Amino acid sequence: MSDNLQQFVDLLPQLGEGILVTLQLTLGGAVLALLVAFTLGFGSRAHTRWARVPSRVVVEFFRGTSLVVQIFWLYYVLPLPPFYVELDPLACGILALGLNYGAYASEVVRGSINSVAKGQWEAAIALDLSPVHRLRRVIMPQAWPLMIPMFTNLLIQLVKGSALAAYISLHDLNFFTNELRERTSDTIFSYTVGLLCYFVVAYLLTLAMNALEVRAKNRLGTGPTLREVLRLAPVQTTADVGAGGPAPAATTASKGGDRDG
Amino acid sequence: MPENDTTPAIEFQGVVKRFGDNVVLDGLDFTVAQGDRVTLIGPSGSGKTTILRLLMTLEEANEGLILIDGDPYTHEMRGGKRVAIPDKRRSLVRRRVGMVFQQFNLFPNMTVLENIIEAPIHVLGKSKAEATTIAEALLDKVGLAEKRDERPTKLSGGQQQRVAIARALAMEPEILLLDEVTSALDPELVADVLGVLRNIAETTDITMLIVTHEMQFAREVSNRVLMFDKGKIIEEADPETIFTSPTHERTQEFLRAVL
Repeated sequence: MSDNLQQFVDLLPQLGEGILVTLQLTLGGAVLALLVAFTLGFGSRAHTRWARVPSRVVVEFFRGTSLVVQIFWLYYVLPLPPFYVELDPLACGILALGLNYGAYASEVVRGSINSVAKGQWEAAIALDLSPVHRLRRVIMPQAWPLMIPMFTNLLIQLVKGSALAAYISLHDLNFFTNELRERTSDTIFSYTVGLLCYFVVAYLLTLAMNALEVRAKNRLGTGPTLREVLRLAPVQTTADVGAGGPAPAATTASKGGDRDG
Repeated sequence: MPENDTTPAIEFQGVVKRFGDNVVLDGLDFTVAQGDRVTLIGPSGSGKTTILRLLMTLEEANEGLILIDGDPYTHEMRGGKRVAIPDKRRSLVRRRVGMVFQQFNLFPNMTVLENIIEAPIHVLGKSKAEATTIAEALLDKVGLAEKRDERPTKLSGGQQQRVAIARALAMEPEILLLDEVTSALDPELVADVLGVLRNIAETTDITMLIVTHEMQFAREVSNRVLMFDKGKIIEEADPETIFTSPTHERTQEFLRAVL
Protein backbone atom coordinates (compact mmCIF):
# COMPACT_ATOMS: atom_id res chain seq x y z
CA MET A 1 0.00 0.00 0.00
CA SER A 2 2.79 2.41 0.87
CA ASP A 3 4.27 1.65 -2.55
CA ASN A 4 1.01 2.68 -4.09
CA LEU A 5 1.01 5.95 -2.19
CA GLN A 6 4.59 6.61 -3.26
CA GLN A 7 3.63 6.05 -6.88
CA PHE A 8 0.61 8.30 -6.39
CA VAL A 9 2.74 11.09 -4.97
CA ASP A 10 5.23 10.70 -7.82
CA LEU A 11 2.38 11.01 -10.27
CA LEU A 12 0.92 14.14 -8.67
CA PRO A 13 2.07 16.42 -11.52
CA GLN A 14 0.25 14.12 -13.96
CA LEU A 15 -2.80 14.21 -11.72
CA GLY A 16 -2.69 18.00 -11.87
CA GLU A 17 -2.47 17.85 -15.64
CA GLY A 18 -5.30 15.32 -15.76
CA ILE A 19 -7.57 17.51 -13.66
CA LEU A 20 -6.68 20.51 -15.78
CA VAL A 21 -7.54 18.73 -19.03
CA THR A 22 -10.78 17.35 -17.56
CA LEU A 23 -11.72 20.84 -16.37
CA GLN A 24 -10.88 22.33 -19.77
CA LEU A 25 -13.08 19.77 -21.47
CA THR A 26 -15.84 20.29 -18.92
CA LEU A 27 -15.88 24.06 -18.89
CA GLY A 28 -15.28 24.39 -22.63
CA GLY A 29 -17.97 21.81 -23.30
CA ALA A 30 -20.34 23.47 -20.85
CA VAL A 31 -19.93 26.95 -22.35
CA LEU A 32 -20.47 25.59 -25.85
CA ALA A 33 -23.40 23.48 -24.63
CA LEU A 34 -24.99 26.57 -23.08
CA LEU A 35 -24.67 28.51 -26.35
CA VAL A 36 -26.04 25.58 -28.31
CA ALA A 37 -28.83 25.09 -25.76
CA PHE A 38 -30.08 28.67 -25.94
CA THR A 39 -29.76 28.87 -29.72
CA LEU A 40 -31.61 25.61 -30.31
CA GLY A 41 -33.98 26.12 -27.39
CA PHE A 42 -35.16 29.48 -28.71
CA GLY A 43 -35.04 28.14 -32.25
CA SER A 44 -37.44 25.35 -31.32
CA ARG A 45 -39.89 27.94 -30.00
CA ALA A 46 -39.69 30.22 -33.02
CA HIS A 47 -42.80 31.07 -34.98
CA THR A 48 -41.16 30.67 -38.36
CA ARG A 49 -40.65 27.17 -39.63
CA TRP A 50 -37.24 28.22 -40.98
CA ALA A 51 -35.86 28.41 -37.48
CA ARG A 52 -37.96 25.73 -35.85
CA VAL A 53 -37.40 22.81 -38.19
CA PRO A 54 -33.58 23.04 -38.39
CA SER A 55 -33.42 23.46 -34.62
CA ARG A 56 -35.47 20.34 -34.06
CA VAL A 57 -33.42 18.35 -36.56
CA VAL A 58 -30.12 19.33 -34.95
CA VAL A 59 -31.44 18.58 -31.46
CA GLU A 60 -32.75 15.16 -32.45
CA PHE A 61 -29.55 14.32 -34.33
CA PHE A 62 -27.14 15.11 -31.52
CA ARG A 63 -29.38 13.61 -28.85
CA GLY A 64 -29.89 10.50 -30.90
CA THR A 65 -26.28 9.69 -31.71
CA SER A 66 -23.69 8.27 -29.35
CA LEU A 67 -21.19 10.61 -27.76
CA VAL A 68 -18.37 8.09 -28.29
CA VAL A 69 -19.14 7.88 -31.99
CA GLN A 70 -19.38 11.67 -32.22
CA ILE A 71 -15.96 12.12 -30.62
CA PHE A 72 -14.36 9.44 -32.82
CA TRP A 73 -16.04 10.90 -35.86
CA LEU A 74 -14.64 14.34 -35.18
CA TYR A 75 -11.20 12.93 -34.43
CA TYR A 76 -10.84 10.21 -37.06
CA VAL A 77 -13.27 11.06 -39.86
CA LEU A 78 -12.98 14.85 -40.18
CA PRO A 79 -9.29 14.73 -41.25
CA LEU A 80 -10.19 12.36 -44.09
CA PRO A 81 -11.40 13.36 -47.55
CA PRO A 82 -13.57 15.14 -48.43
CA PHE A 83 -13.35 17.18 -45.21
CA TYR A 84 -9.62 17.51 -44.51
CA VAL A 85 -10.35 19.25 -41.21
CA GLU A 86 -7.80 18.35 -38.61
CA LEU A 87 -8.89 19.45 -35.18
CA ASP A 88 -6.86 19.57 -32.02
CA PRO A 89 -7.96 16.65 -29.76
CA LEU A 90 -9.09 19.10 -27.09
CA ALA A 91 -11.21 20.94 -29.66
CA CYS A 92 -12.72 17.61 -30.76
CA GLY A 93 -13.61 16.79 -27.17
CA ILE A 94 -15.11 20.19 -26.44
CA LEU A 95 -17.05 20.22 -29.71
CA ALA A 96 -18.53 16.76 -29.21
CA LEU A 97 -19.41 17.39 -25.56
CA GLY A 98 -20.84 20.83 -26.32
CA LEU A 99 -23.02 19.65 -29.20
CA ASN A 100 -24.21 16.49 -27.46
CA TYR A 101 -25.05 18.01 -24.11
CA GLY A 102 -26.19 21.25 -25.74
CA ALA A 103 -28.85 19.26 -27.57
CA TYR A 104 -30.11 17.87 -24.27
CA ALA A 105 -29.87 21.24 -22.57
CA SER A 106 -31.84 22.92 -25.34
CA GLU A 107 -34.80 20.83 -24.25
CA VAL A 108 -34.27 22.16 -20.74
CA VAL A 109 -34.29 25.73 -22.07
CA ARG A 110 -37.41 25.13 -24.13
CA GLY A 111 -39.25 23.35 -21.31
CA SER A 112 -38.35 25.92 -18.66
CA ILE A 113 -39.43 28.84 -20.80
CA ASN A 114 -42.68 27.06 -21.60
CA SER A 115 -43.34 26.43 -17.93
CA VAL A 116 -43.31 30.10 -16.97
CA ALA A 117 -46.96 30.94 -16.32
CA LYS A 118 -48.87 32.13 -19.38
CA GLY A 119 -50.14 35.10 -17.40
CA GLN A 120 -46.60 36.45 -17.20
CA TRP A 121 -46.38 36.65 -20.99
CA GLU A 122 -49.80 38.21 -21.15
CA ALA A 123 -49.00 40.83 -18.54
CA ALA A 124 -45.82 41.70 -20.43
CA ILE A 125 -47.80 42.09 -23.66
CA ALA A 126 -50.43 44.17 -21.88
CA LEU A 127 -47.66 46.54 -20.78
CA ASP A 128 -46.50 46.64 -24.40
CA LEU A 129 -43.00 45.41 -23.54
CA SER A 130 -41.16 44.44 -26.74
CA PRO A 131 -40.70 40.71 -27.47
CA VAL A 132 -36.99 40.84 -26.57
CA HIS A 133 -37.69 42.82 -23.43
CA ARG A 134 -40.41 40.39 -22.36
CA LEU A 135 -37.99 37.52 -22.60
CA ARG A 136 -35.02 39.25 -21.03
CA ARG A 137 -36.67 41.00 -18.11
CA VAL A 138 -39.76 38.93 -17.34
CA ILE A 139 -39.53 35.38 -18.65
CA MET A 140 -35.83 34.53 -18.40
CA PRO A 141 -35.40 35.59 -14.76
CA GLN A 142 -38.22 33.17 -13.94
CA ALA A 143 -37.13 30.38 -16.27
CA TRP A 144 -33.46 30.50 -15.23
CA PRO A 145 -33.95 29.11 -11.70
CA LEU A 146 -35.96 26.26 -13.23
CA MET A 147 -33.13 25.48 -15.63
CA ILE A 148 -30.26 25.40 -13.16
CA PRO A 149 -31.03 22.09 -11.37
CA MET A 150 -31.40 20.35 -14.71
CA PHE A 151 -28.25 22.02 -16.03
CA THR A 152 -26.46 20.73 -12.92
CA ASN A 153 -27.44 17.18 -13.82
CA LEU A 154 -26.21 17.61 -17.35
CA LEU A 155 -22.99 19.23 -16.17
CA ILE A 156 -22.21 16.23 -13.97
CA GLN A 157 -22.91 13.91 -16.86
CA LEU A 158 -20.70 16.06 -19.03
CA VAL A 159 -17.81 15.72 -16.54
CA LYS A 160 -18.13 11.98 -16.69
CA GLY A 161 -18.64 11.98 -20.44
CA SER A 162 -15.38 13.87 -20.78
CA ALA A 163 -13.57 10.67 -19.73
CA LEU A 164 -13.95 9.53 -23.33
CA ALA A 165 -11.33 12.11 -24.26
CA ALA A 166 -8.61 9.74 -23.02
CA TYR A 167 -9.33 7.63 -26.12
CA ILE A 168 -8.44 10.48 -28.45
CA SER A 169 -4.99 10.95 -26.87
CA LEU A 170 -5.89 13.53 -24.25
CA HIS A 171 -4.18 13.27 -20.87
CA ASP A 172 -7.24 13.76 -18.72
CA LEU A 173 -8.25 12.21 -15.38
CA ASN A 174 -9.19 8.95 -17.05
CA PHE A 175 -5.79 8.78 -18.72
CA PHE A 176 -4.16 9.47 -15.36
CA THR A 177 -6.09 6.61 -13.77
CA ASN A 178 -4.80 4.21 -16.39
CA GLU A 179 -1.28 5.47 -15.94
CA LEU A 180 -1.56 4.93 -12.19
CA ARG A 181 -2.71 1.39 -12.81
CA GLU A 182 0.22 0.66 -15.06
CA ARG A 183 2.71 2.02 -12.53
CA THR A 184 1.23 0.30 -9.47
CA SER A 185 -0.28 -2.78 -11.14
CA ASP A 186 -2.95 -2.36 -8.46
CA THR A 187 -6.28 -2.24 -10.29
CA ILE A 188 -8.42 -1.73 -7.18
CA PHE A 189 -6.30 1.13 -5.91
CA SER A 190 -5.99 3.05 -9.16
CA TYR A 191 -9.60 2.80 -10.25
CA THR A 192 -10.78 3.74 -6.76
CA VAL A 193 -8.56 6.81 -6.93
CA GLY A 194 -10.09 7.47 -10.34
CA LEU A 195 -13.62 7.26 -8.92
CA LEU A 196 -12.76 9.62 -6.10
CA CYS A 197 -11.12 12.14 -8.40
CA TYR A 198 -14.18 12.34 -10.65
CA PHE A 199 -16.42 12.51 -7.62
CA VAL A 200 -14.52 15.45 -6.16
CA VAL A 201 -14.59 17.37 -9.44
CA ALA A 202 -18.30 16.64 -9.90
CA TYR A 203 -19.15 17.54 -6.33
CA LEU A 204 -17.32 20.85 -6.47
CA LEU A 205 -19.21 21.71 -9.64
CA THR A 206 -22.48 20.72 -7.94
CA LEU A 207 -21.73 23.08 -5.07
CA ALA A 208 -21.01 25.90 -7.50
CA MET A 209 -24.26 25.22 -9.37
CA ASN A 210 -26.22 25.09 -6.11
CA ALA A 211 -24.83 28.50 -5.20
CA LEU A 212 -25.94 29.77 -8.59
CA GLU A 213 -29.40 28.32 -8.02
CA VAL A 214 -29.76 29.92 -4.62
CA ARG A 215 -28.75 33.27 -6.04
CA ALA A 216 -31.21 32.99 -8.93
CA LYS A 217 -34.03 32.09 -6.56
CA ASN A 218 -33.18 34.89 -4.18
CA ARG A 219 -33.51 37.28 -7.07
CA LEU A 220 -36.95 35.87 -7.67
CA GLY A 221 -37.82 36.54 -4.07
CA THR A 222 -38.19 32.84 -3.30
CA GLY A 223 -35.92 30.08 -2.04
CA PRO A 224 -33.66 29.55 0.92
CA THR A 225 -30.55 31.30 2.16
CA LEU A 226 -26.97 30.74 1.05
CA ARG A 227 -26.42 28.36 3.94
CA GLU A 228 -28.25 25.71 1.92
CA VAL A 229 -25.39 25.76 -0.56
CA LEU A 230 -23.10 24.01 1.87
CA ARG A 231 -25.47 21.10 2.27
CA LEU A 232 -25.61 17.96 0.22
CA ALA A 233 -29.38 18.06 -0.05
CA PRO A 234 -30.70 19.48 -3.30
CA VAL A 235 -32.32 22.85 -2.88
CA GLN A 236 -36.10 22.68 -2.62
CA THR A 237 -37.71 23.70 -5.87
CA THR A 238 -40.81 25.80 -5.85
CA ALA A 239 -43.23 24.48 -8.39
CA ASP A 240 -45.12 27.71 -8.77
CA VAL A 241 -42.33 30.12 -9.59
CA GLY A 242 -43.86 32.62 -11.87
CA ALA A 243 -47.43 31.73 -11.09
CA GLY A 244 -47.70 35.43 -10.38
CA GLY A 245 -49.14 34.87 -6.97
CA PRO A 246 -48.95 32.80 -3.84
CA ALA A 247 -50.80 29.54 -3.42
CA PRO A 248 -54.23 31.02 -2.60
CA ALA A 249 -54.46 32.56 -6.05
CA ALA A 250 -53.78 29.23 -7.69
CA THR A 251 -56.35 27.34 -5.66
CA THR A 252 -59.12 29.81 -6.31
CA ALA A 253 -58.33 29.97 -10.01
CA SER A 254 -60.60 27.09 -10.87
CA LYS A 255 -63.34 28.41 -8.67
CA GLY A 256 -63.44 31.84 -10.23
CA GLY A 257 -62.06 30.88 -13.60
CA ASP A 258 -64.24 32.03 -16.43
CA ARG A 259 -62.16 31.87 -19.55
CA ASP A 260 -64.70 32.38 -22.25
CA GLY A 261 -63.80 29.89 -24.91
CA MET B 1 -57.38 59.63 -38.35
CA PRO B 2 -59.46 62.63 -37.31
CA GLU B 3 -60.16 62.48 -33.65
CA ASN B 4 -63.02 64.29 -32.02
CA ASP B 5 -65.53 63.71 -29.28
CA THR B 6 -67.75 61.57 -31.42
CA THR B 7 -65.02 59.11 -32.42
CA PRO B 8 -65.69 56.05 -30.30
CA ALA B 9 -62.89 54.86 -28.02
CA ILE B 10 -63.51 51.31 -29.16
CA GLU B 11 -65.30 50.05 -32.21
CA PHE B 12 -65.89 46.41 -33.19
CA GLN B 13 -66.94 45.85 -36.80
CA GLY B 14 -68.22 42.38 -37.58
CA VAL B 15 -65.69 40.69 -35.33
CA VAL B 16 -65.63 36.90 -35.53
CA LYS B 17 -63.53 34.81 -33.16
CA ARG B 18 -63.40 31.06 -33.43
CA PHE B 19 -61.52 28.53 -31.34
CA GLY B 20 -61.53 25.50 -33.59
CA ASP B 21 -65.17 24.80 -34.39
CA ASN B 22 -66.37 26.85 -31.47
CA VAL B 23 -67.58 30.28 -32.60
CA VAL B 24 -67.07 32.52 -29.58
CA LEU B 25 -67.86 35.85 -31.20
CA ASP B 26 -70.21 35.81 -34.14
CA GLY B 27 -69.97 38.98 -36.22
CA LEU B 28 -69.93 41.30 -33.26
CA ASP B 29 -70.58 45.03 -33.75
CA PHE B 30 -70.44 47.50 -30.92
CA THR B 31 -68.93 50.80 -29.93
CA VAL B 32 -67.78 52.26 -26.65
CA ALA B 33 -67.72 56.05 -26.36
CA GLN B 34 -64.78 57.93 -24.83
CA GLY B 35 -65.01 57.86 -21.06
CA ASP B 36 -67.73 55.21 -21.02
CA ARG B 37 -67.76 52.59 -18.27
CA VAL B 38 -69.16 49.47 -19.82
CA THR B 39 -69.80 46.23 -17.98
CA LEU B 40 -70.05 43.01 -19.93
CA ILE B 41 -72.25 40.38 -18.33
CA GLY B 42 -73.40 36.99 -19.43
CA PRO B 43 -72.92 33.30 -18.79
CA SER B 44 -69.56 31.52 -19.03
CA GLY B 45 -68.46 31.05 -22.59
CA SER B 46 -70.53 33.94 -23.89
CA GLY B 47 -67.42 35.71 -25.18
CA LYS B 48 -66.96 38.51 -22.64
CA THR B 49 -63.38 37.71 -21.69
CA THR B 50 -62.53 37.09 -25.34
CA ILE B 51 -63.50 40.68 -26.12
CA LEU B 52 -61.00 41.96 -23.55
CA ARG B 53 -58.32 39.60 -24.81
CA LEU B 54 -58.85 40.75 -28.39
CA LEU B 55 -58.48 44.34 -27.21
CA MET B 56 -55.18 43.43 -25.53
CA THR B 57 -53.97 41.50 -28.64
CA LEU B 58 -53.76 38.33 -26.55
CA GLU B 59 -56.05 36.76 -29.12
CA GLU B 60 -56.53 37.61 -32.76
CA ALA B 61 -59.91 37.96 -34.46
CA ASN B 62 -60.60 35.67 -37.42
CA GLU B 63 -62.71 38.26 -39.20
CA GLY B 64 -63.75 41.86 -38.80
CA LEU B 65 -61.98 44.99 -37.59
CA ILE B 66 -61.27 46.57 -34.24
CA LEU B 67 -60.70 50.31 -34.09
CA ILE B 68 -59.26 52.23 -31.16
CA ASP B 69 -59.99 55.98 -31.36
CA GLY B 70 -60.78 55.33 -35.00
CA ASP B 71 -57.35 53.78 -35.65
CA PRO B 72 -57.21 50.24 -37.03
CA TYR B 73 -55.60 47.98 -34.44
CA THR B 74 -54.69 44.47 -35.53
CA HIS B 75 -56.10 44.48 -39.06
CA GLU B 76 -57.09 47.05 -41.65
CA MET B 77 -58.86 47.10 -44.98
CA ARG B 78 -56.52 47.71 -47.88
CA GLY B 79 -57.92 47.55 -51.39
CA GLY B 80 -61.01 45.72 -50.14
CA LYS B 81 -58.91 43.08 -48.37
CA ARG B 82 -58.44 42.54 -44.66
CA VAL B 83 -54.72 42.58 -43.89
CA ALA B 84 -52.84 42.13 -40.64
CA ILE B 85 -51.03 45.15 -39.21
CA PRO B 86 -47.40 44.46 -38.23
CA ASP B 87 -46.63 44.23 -34.53
CA LYS B 88 -44.64 47.47 -34.48
CA ARG B 89 -47.72 49.44 -35.49
CA ARG B 90 -50.07 47.44 -33.24
CA SER B 91 -47.82 48.27 -30.38
CA LEU B 92 -48.46 52.02 -30.77
CA VAL B 93 -52.19 51.45 -30.40
CA ARG B 94 -51.77 48.81 -27.68
CA ARG B 95 -49.95 51.40 -25.59
CA ARG B 96 -53.26 53.21 -25.09
CA VAL B 97 -54.89 50.09 -23.66
CA GLY B 98 -54.21 48.70 -20.18
CA MET B 99 -55.42 45.50 -18.61
CA VAL B 100 -55.84 44.11 -15.11
CA PHE B 101 -56.02 40.32 -14.92
CA GLN B 102 -57.91 37.89 -12.74
CA GLN B 103 -54.62 36.33 -11.59
CA PHE B 104 -52.82 39.71 -11.11
CA ASN B 105 -49.77 38.47 -13.05
CA LEU B 106 -47.27 40.64 -11.23
CA PHE B 107 -43.65 39.88 -12.10
CA PRO B 108 -42.22 37.92 -9.12
CA ASN B 109 -38.64 38.81 -10.05
CA MET B 110 -39.29 42.50 -9.43
CA THR B 111 -40.30 44.51 -6.40
CA VAL B 112 -43.65 46.27 -6.30
CA LEU B 113 -42.08 49.53 -7.46
CA GLU B 114 -40.08 47.83 -10.21
CA ASN B 115 -43.24 46.17 -11.48
CA ILE B 116 -44.83 49.58 -11.88
CA ILE B 117 -41.93 51.52 -13.40
CA GLU B 118 -40.66 48.85 -15.82
CA ALA B 119 -42.95 49.69 -18.73
CA PRO B 120 -43.11 53.48 -18.25
CA ILE B 121 -39.30 53.58 -18.42
CA HIS B 122 -38.76 51.09 -21.24
CA VAL B 123 -41.90 51.61 -23.30
CA LEU B 124 -42.85 55.24 -22.72
CA GLY B 125 -39.25 56.38 -22.31
CA LYS B 126 -39.74 58.13 -18.99
CA SER B 127 -36.77 58.79 -16.75
CA LYS B 128 -36.42 56.56 -13.72
CA ALA B 129 -37.01 59.50 -11.40
CA GLU B 130 -40.18 60.56 -13.18
CA ALA B 131 -41.53 57.02 -13.38
CA THR B 132 -40.79 56.51 -9.68
CA THR B 133 -42.62 59.71 -8.71
CA ILE B 134 -45.66 58.63 -10.69
CA ALA B 135 -45.48 55.09 -9.29
CA GLU B 136 -45.28 56.35 -5.72
CA ALA B 137 -48.32 58.55 -6.24
CA LEU B 138 -50.22 55.57 -7.67
CA LEU B 139 -49.16 53.31 -4.80
CA ASP B 140 -50.42 55.98 -2.47
CA LYS B 141 -53.70 56.06 -4.36
CA VAL B 142 -54.19 52.29 -4.00
CA GLY B 143 -53.15 52.47 -0.33
CA LEU B 144 -49.90 50.52 -0.61
CA ALA B 145 -47.22 53.21 -0.39
CA GLU B 146 -45.40 51.30 2.35
CA LYS B 147 -45.15 48.13 0.20
CA ARG B 148 -43.01 49.84 -2.42
CA ASP B 149 -39.94 47.64 -1.94
CA GLU B 150 -41.70 44.37 -1.13
CA ARG B 151 -41.81 41.36 -3.41
CA PRO B 152 -45.28 40.69 -4.87
CA THR B 153 -45.22 37.17 -3.44
CA LYS B 154 -45.13 38.66 0.06
CA LEU B 155 -48.44 40.46 -0.50
CA SER B 156 -52.01 39.24 -0.12
CA GLY B 157 -54.08 38.68 -3.23
CA GLY B 158 -55.97 41.91 -2.70
CA GLN B 159 -52.74 43.86 -2.31
CA GLN B 160 -51.28 42.22 -5.41
CA GLN B 161 -54.32 43.18 -7.40
CA ARG B 162 -54.08 46.78 -6.23
CA VAL B 163 -50.44 46.83 -7.33
CA ALA B 164 -51.52 45.39 -10.68
CA ILE B 165 -54.05 48.22 -11.02
CA ALA B 166 -51.33 50.77 -10.23
CA ARG B 167 -49.06 49.10 -12.78
CA ALA B 168 -51.71 49.36 -15.49
CA LEU B 169 -52.45 53.00 -14.63
CA ALA B 170 -48.76 53.92 -14.74
CA MET B 171 -48.94 53.47 -18.51
CA GLU B 172 -51.56 56.25 -18.57
CA PRO B 173 -53.99 54.20 -20.63
CA GLU B 174 -57.00 55.72 -22.37
CA ILE B 175 -58.78 52.40 -22.05
CA LEU B 176 -58.65 50.09 -19.05
CA LEU B 177 -59.75 46.46 -19.31
CA LEU B 178 -60.75 44.75 -16.09
CA ASP B 179 -60.99 40.98 -16.45
CA GLU B 180 -62.77 39.52 -13.43
CA VAL B 181 -60.33 41.31 -11.20
CA THR B 182 -61.93 40.11 -7.97
CA SER B 183 -62.69 36.51 -8.93
CA ALA B 184 -59.46 35.07 -7.53
CA LEU B 185 -59.68 36.97 -4.25
CA ASP B 186 -60.84 35.86 -0.85
CA PRO B 187 -64.17 37.57 -0.11
CA GLU B 188 -62.79 39.85 2.60
CA LEU B 189 -60.22 41.28 0.17
CA VAL B 190 -62.68 42.16 -2.56
CA ALA B 191 -63.91 45.39 -1.00
CA ASP B 192 -60.49 47.08 -1.02
CA VAL B 193 -59.96 46.34 -4.69
CA LEU B 194 -63.41 47.53 -5.65
CA GLY B 195 -62.87 50.65 -3.55
CA VAL B 196 -59.74 51.46 -5.52
CA LEU B 197 -61.53 50.95 -8.83
CA ARG B 198 -64.47 53.08 -7.73
CA ASN B 199 -62.02 55.83 -6.86
CA ILE B 200 -60.40 55.58 -10.30
CA ALA B 201 -63.79 55.68 -11.98
CA GLU B 202 -64.68 58.83 -10.06
CA THR B 203 -61.40 60.69 -10.46
CA THR B 204 -60.38 59.92 -14.06
CA ASP B 205 -62.04 59.83 -17.45
CA ILE B 206 -60.47 56.54 -18.52
CA THR B 207 -62.71 54.42 -20.71
CA MET B 208 -63.38 51.19 -18.83
CA LEU B 209 -64.47 47.78 -20.05
CA ILE B 210 -65.37 45.53 -17.16
CA VAL B 211 -66.04 41.82 -16.99
CA THR B 212 -67.25 40.99 -13.51
CA HIS B 213 -69.55 38.89 -11.40
CA GLU B 214 -69.87 41.72 -8.87
CA MET B 215 -73.23 43.06 -9.97
CA GLN B 216 -73.37 45.68 -7.23
CA PHE B 217 -70.03 47.06 -8.43
CA ALA B 218 -71.20 47.01 -12.04
CA ARG B 219 -74.23 48.97 -10.98
CA GLU B 220 -72.25 51.61 -9.13
CA VAL B 221 -69.43 52.14 -11.59
CA SER B 222 -70.76 51.54 -15.07
CA ASN B 223 -73.07 53.68 -17.13
CA ARG B 224 -73.83 50.92 -19.62
CA VAL B 225 -74.29 47.18 -19.35
CA LEU B 226 -74.07 44.75 -22.25
CA MET B 227 -75.63 41.33 -21.83
CA PHE B 228 -73.88 38.65 -23.92
CA ASP B 229 -75.08 35.27 -24.91
CA LYS B 230 -73.43 32.94 -27.44
CA GLY B 231 -71.13 35.64 -28.77
CA LYS B 232 -73.82 38.22 -29.39
CA ILE B 233 -75.15 41.19 -27.47
CA ILE B 234 -78.73 40.31 -26.63
CA GLU B 235 -79.55 43.28 -24.43
CA GLU B 236 -78.01 46.63 -23.69
CA ALA B 237 -79.09 49.33 -21.27
CA ASP B 238 -78.03 51.50 -18.36
CA PRO B 239 -77.41 49.45 -15.21
CA GLU B 240 -80.54 50.64 -13.44
CA THR B 241 -82.78 49.42 -16.26
CA ILE B 242 -81.01 46.14 -16.90
CA PHE B 243 -80.82 45.14 -13.26
CA THR B 244 -84.35 46.13 -12.31
CA SER B 245 -86.33 45.45 -15.47
CA PRO B 246 -84.44 43.33 -17.99
CA THR B 247 -86.49 42.67 -21.09
CA HIS B 248 -84.79 39.63 -22.59
CA GLU B 249 -85.66 36.27 -21.12
CA ARG B 250 -82.01 35.11 -21.07
CA THR B 251 -81.02 38.24 -19.15
CA GLN B 252 -83.73 37.67 -16.58
CA GLU B 253 -82.59 34.08 -16.20
CA PHE B 254 -78.95 35.06 -15.87
CA LEU B 255 -79.60 37.81 -13.32
CA ARG B 256 -81.81 35.53 -11.24
CA ALA B 257 -78.90 33.10 -11.10
CA VAL B 258 -76.20 35.57 -10.09
CA LEU B 259 -78.01 38.12 -7.92
